[in-house]
Order: sequence, then C-alpha cells, then structure tokens
Amino acid sequence: MKLMNCPINGPRPLQEFFYWGECRDMPNPDTCTDGEWVDYVFHRNGAPGVKKEWWYHMASGVWFIAVRDTQADEVKETYLYGAGPHHE
Amino acid sequence: MPLRLLRFALNGKHSEPRMFRNHDTLKSSYDAVIIGAGGHGLAAAYYLARDHGMTNVAVLEKGYIGGGNTGRNTTIIRSNYLTPEGVEFYDASIKLWEDLGQDFDLNLFYSKRGHFTLAHTDSAMRTMRWRAEVNKHMGVESEVVGTKDIQDACPQLDMTCAGHAPILGALYHAPGAIARHDAVAWGYGRGADQRGVEIHQRTEVLNIDVKGGRVQGLTTNRGYISTPKILCAVAGSTPRVTNMVGLRTPIIIHPLQAMVTEPIKPWLNTILVSGSLHVYVSQSDRGELVMGASLDPYEVQSTRSTLDFAEGLSAHMLDMFPFLSNVKINRQWAGMADMTPDFAPIMGKTPVEGFYLDAGWGTWGFKATPISGKTMSYTLANDRDHDLIKSFRLSRFAEYELTGEKGAASVGH
Ligand SMILES: Cc1cc2nc3c(=O)[nH]c(=O)nc-3n(C[C@H](O)[C@H](O)[C@H](O)COP(=O)(O)OP(=O)(O)OC[C@H]3O[C@@H](n4cnc5c(N)ncnc54)[C@H](O)[C@@H]3O)c2cc1C
Repeated sequence: MKLMNCPINGPRPLQEFFYWGECRDMPNPDTCTDGEWVDYVFHRNGAPGVKKEWWYHMASGVWFIAVRDTQADEVKETYLYGAGPHHE
Repeated sequence: MPLRLLRFALNGKHSEPRMFRNHDTLKSSYDAVIIGAGGHGLAAAYYLARDHGMTNVAVLEKGYIGGGNTGRNTTIIRSNYLTPEGVEFYDASIKLWEDLGQDFDLNLFYSKRGHFTLAHTDSAMRTMRWRAEVNKHMGVESEVVGTKDIQDACPQLDMTCAGHAPILGALYHAPGAIARHDAVAWGYGRGADQRGVEIHQRTEVLNIDVKGGRVQGLTTNRGYISTPKILCAVAGSTPRVTNMVGLRTPIIIHPLQAMVTEPIKPWLNTILVSGSLHVYVSQSDRGELVMGASLDPYEVQSTRSTLDFAEGLSAHMLDMFPFLSNVKINRQWAGMADMTPDFAPIMGKTPVEGFYLDAGWGTWGFKATPISGKTMSYTLANDRDHDLIKSFRLSRFAEYELTGEKGAASVGH
C-alpha cells in the first residue's frame, strides 16, 4: 500500500486522498487578456517535473500542498497552504 | 520449441524476411519527419507514401516500433460515440479496419465480437438511448437492448453484479471488434518501408528547431536533421515534445493500466464494458481475458503499475463473473494516456508552421489508428486540415468550441 503524509493526520493510505491538480495562479479576469484567460482555463503543464499540487484528505477534509516528482511518482514533502517553505 | 526456431538460433542467420529495413545512418534532410513509431505515426507514414507520393520521409522512434500505447492497449474498436463529429470520424476508421488485413496482406486477427456497454442505472440507460439515436442517425449499427439479449450473449454474467449493481440494459454495437495491436504497427511499418519510408528505431528527438515561427529541423540522439514538416505522434510524451516548440495545450498525462489472466477455455464471445463497475473485458485468441479499468486518479509520466489497480479490477470482475475466482492474473502493465478535457483528440495544423499535431488520444486512440493516419497524411501533404478532423483542432479551446464526447468515452474505450 502506498502512503501519503497528511500534514494534520500523518501517513495515511493513498486511497484516502484526492488529487486536484497543479497549483496555479488565477489571473485577474477583469484585467487579463482573453488569451491569458484561455491559457488559465484550459492549458496545463503536462510535462514531467517536480510540481506543487493540491491534494485533499477525504476522511478529515484537509486541503494541503504536496510537492511531487510526477515522473518518479515520489512525494517530496507535504504542508498546509501558507505553511510551506515558500509561503504561498 | 519448434525445430525451425532452433535452426535460426544455431546458425545465427535469419532466413525469414524482416518486416522493415534497418538504416545505419540518418540522412541530413527529409521532406517530412514523423516523431513516434506507434500505430498513428506509422499509419501516417504509410498513407503519405501510398496516397500522397511522399516517400522521402523518416519515422523516428526512441524505443521500438509499437512499444508505446499501441502495444499496451486492450484493442477495442467501435464507433458508437456520442457526438456526430466523433461518430463520423470513428466510423470512417471502422471502414478502413475492415479490409486493412487484405491491404497489408497480413493477418491482423481483426475479430468482430459485438460490443455491449452495460447500464446499471436509469441515467446510464438514458445516455445509451441518446447514443443509439445519434448512432442510427449517422448510419451506425447501434441499439439499446434489454437484459434477455445480454444474458443470451453472455450466460455466465451475473446480471445482478453481486446484488449491488443490477444490469438494466445495454447499448449494443454489432461492429465492435478487437485486433492484434502489434500486427497493426508491423503492417503499417512494412507498407511504409516498402514504399521508401525510413523507420529509425532507438532514435530520440531531443529538440526541435523553430525559426520565425517555422519548423527548420530537429536534433536527435543521432544528429541533426533538417525538414520543413514534422508530425508529432507521441501520445503520452506529447507535452514534452510540444514544449520543444513552445506550444501550450490542455494535455495532461495519467497512466492507464490493463491486465490479462492466464489462458482459459474460450467462453466470452463478446466485448463487455461496464462504466459503473469500471470494467471492460474481452477474451483474446489465446484465451486470456484482457481487462482494463478507468484512468489512474493522478498525473504520472511513467509506465509504473499498481497493486491497487489489480485488486480493484479483480473485485469488479468477480462481481460480474463470480466463477472466475480461481483464475490467476498473468500480467499487468500501464501506458501513458494523453488526456484532453473533452475526451476528443487534438489533430491538425498548429500555430507553429510545419508542426502538425496528432495527440490527445488518451484511452481511446487505437481504434482511430487508420483514420488518423489517413487524415493526418492528407493534412501534412496539403498543409490543410482534413474535413473529418476540423472539430478536433487545437484552437477549439481558445474558441470555446469543445466537443461533448466525455459521456461516451470516459470509460468505454
Ligand atoms: C492500457 C491501455 C488500454 C487502452 N485501450 C484502448 C482500447 O481498448 N481501444 C482504443 O481505441 N484505444 C485504447 N487505448 C489508447 C490507445 O492505446 C492509444 O491512444 C493509441 O495506441 C495511441 O497510438 P500512438 O501511435 O499515437 O501512440 P504510441 O503507440 O504511444 O506511440 C508513440 C511513440 O512515440 C515514441 N516517442 C515518444 N517521444 C519520442 C521522442 N522524443 N522521440 C522519438 N520517439 C518518441 C514512443 O516511444 C512511442 O513508441 C488504450 C491505452 C492504454 C494505455
């Protein structure tokens, strides 16, 4: 069984988690161009890399950030939004 | 081991003809280069040479031909999609499939089995009726059938699915078929090779040279090639290649897994799909049950497989066929599915002149191999999108004109 570290509940089976994609900044819809908006709505960075992603622990309702190598499928670290090394 | 094989092993010489030539060197330029020797890339090469007289063409493959999703898929071929543009496109593919073996003079084990998409809920039944009406309107054999027809076609099926997902009916598609995936790649590869196309295995494209918005050439692990036209047909590697030309797309990569049982006596004549139970299954000519389920739940760009998948799929298989409880799983594997938000492919010209995209084939692209080769070769030769693929253009996202295929493709393959 694969485990993931929930920042609140510690290591839990991966099946308890839900993936919500890469963290992305939303442009301001009032000021951005149509092209920037389309890019935000549809385009994704599908190439492998170490990515910052939204994950959710379903059993306890915790949203958090995971830093994951998407090619090796290896979670480097998990932390609550705002508590990370880079202070989102 | 057959004696003939032993003789080969001992004298070290192949008396059997090879399916295609090996080339020691790359030329310094080609009229067109195709990246990826999966079914799609090889089919495009074949029709470029056969229908458009373009033979100064190289197909570059970083591994071996058919080693990507083409050789990993569960080979379900059907055209009972939901949108008119989807049905029209996939049905044109079925027409090509039907005499492809003759075309190649190669046995593709193309086997028409009939295809049932089981409905376990009222809302699924409604979607089946909708699909049947669209299909019939487009001239595709497709009808909603009741439980008796399903039970007659597959007496071994537990119609209650262990009591918790009773089957209410199904969408039945008589032309539904399976085929031998490797032979499809070899057939297209051999046909392209015989007409002058060069196939280079173990040749990886590392970079693409674009100047003034136009393709100039590309760098491989075996040197630089100049070319005015590049077709990108790399399925699960698409984002890596589109990055080389600075093209943004909605494609994300999720693994799709499959597995087979040990060979057993033939008993399953049809192809069965259950969206609710996330199962699709057919029996191969060797007697293995070939099974798949839904996509892995998160992005991964590799072909690792998981125990979760094998456990989950086995449990659902036993809901449908309790008598299989003693049958063993023989092999399990994964491919990298290039997913799009509307479950339709992305095909045709791109904002980079000379860079043509054949991607977004996700979990459903094997059946499209012939028609994608046909339409992409036309598009590349004429520098104009073929009519059949206009709805699948990359710019549909910027134009907010997505297709509505999700309902029929998300698990159905
Ligand atoms: C488990 C599974 C089950 C499936 N089941 C079905 C099904 O039942 N029915 C159906 O219709 N579809 C199915 N599909 C989808 C189908 O397999 C694919 O959509 C289709 O085979 C894609 O073919 P392709 O030729 O585009 O890609 P591929 O066969 O993946 O070929 C792409 C090739 O490009 C090469 N490549 C990548 N990057 C480079 C580079 N930089 N340089 C050189 N070469 C490169 C790769 O090595 C690869 O060989 C399934 C897929 C999977 C994974």
